[in-house]
Amino acid sequence: MRKLTSFAAGLLFGLGLLLSGMANPAKVIGFLDVAGAWDPSLALVMVGAIATALVPFTWAKRRERSLLDAPMRLPSKRELDGRLIGGSLVFGIGWGVAGICPGPAIAVLLSGHWQVVLFVLAMLGGMLLFSALERRRTC
Amino acid sequence: MTVDWANFTPWTALAGGVLIGAAASLFVLLNGRIAGISGLLASLLEPGAEGRDEKLLFLIGLLLAPLPWVLFGRLPVLEFQSGWFGLLIAGLLVGVGTRYGSGCTSGHGVCGISRLSARSIVATLAFMAAGFGTVYVLRHLLGG
Repeated sequence: MRKLTSFAAGLLFGLGLLLSGMANPAKVIGFLDVAGAWDPSLALVMVGAIATALVPFTWAKRRERSLLDAPMRLPSKRELDGRLIGGSLVFGIGWGVAGICPGPAIAVLLSGHWQVVLFVLAMLGGMLLFSALERRRTC
Repeated sequence: MTVDWANFTPWTALAGGVLIGAAASLFVLLNGRIAGISGLLASLLEPGAEGRDEKLLFLIGLLLAPLPWVLFGRLPVLEFQSGWFGLLIAGLLVGVGTRYGSGCTSGHGVCGISRLSARSIVATLAFMAAGFGTVYVLRHLLGG
């Protein structure tokens, strides 16, 4: 059952991304370009998503197990450290360069645009690079 | 600042956001998991990561979302603003940055803010600021 709900949640998430406009890099850049002709649409994607998810997440936080009896796996880290801020800044620079973030990239990976395939391969390469650097650090 | 009203799409943006929020809510309430795409992708690259099947199935659902979409209409137009070099650099930065920062627009921006996590609020402010700054530099200072 949990496998089915995983798949359904992913599908719904992707439909939301396609509808929202987040999948179009030009739209994302238009949102990030506050000094040019600014398109504020994507701020409303966050408003709609957070307004919808606020109550369910507040409920989830109070539970030990999910409704399908899986452990509630919520992040436990609390520190506001340099890794969090530095990593997020680097991510934001990459997002600003191409106008693509990980969710929309997967949602349109099969749409036949070589640009998305290249972006996703580079992103997975970046993740593997991180893992390699982490292994060296902890060795 | 001038607002680009011609391209302003408040209703589809809001409705898309509601679907994204609903999907993240279902995933956390039913599966007890955070719908953070960069985190889910990264755990597929790790052999022996916990809950691989569920994570993989979420990503397959995300990957196949265009299929039900095309039953009702055409896929949204995608306009790319960068060439191969820009896409390569952007992908690398997004991959490395989301791992160091433990999340992206979905994990921090939607799920994290919805559970009022201070880390996610700080991360979202940081990547939004970097995104705004990067577009400003590329478009208005370097004139690309």
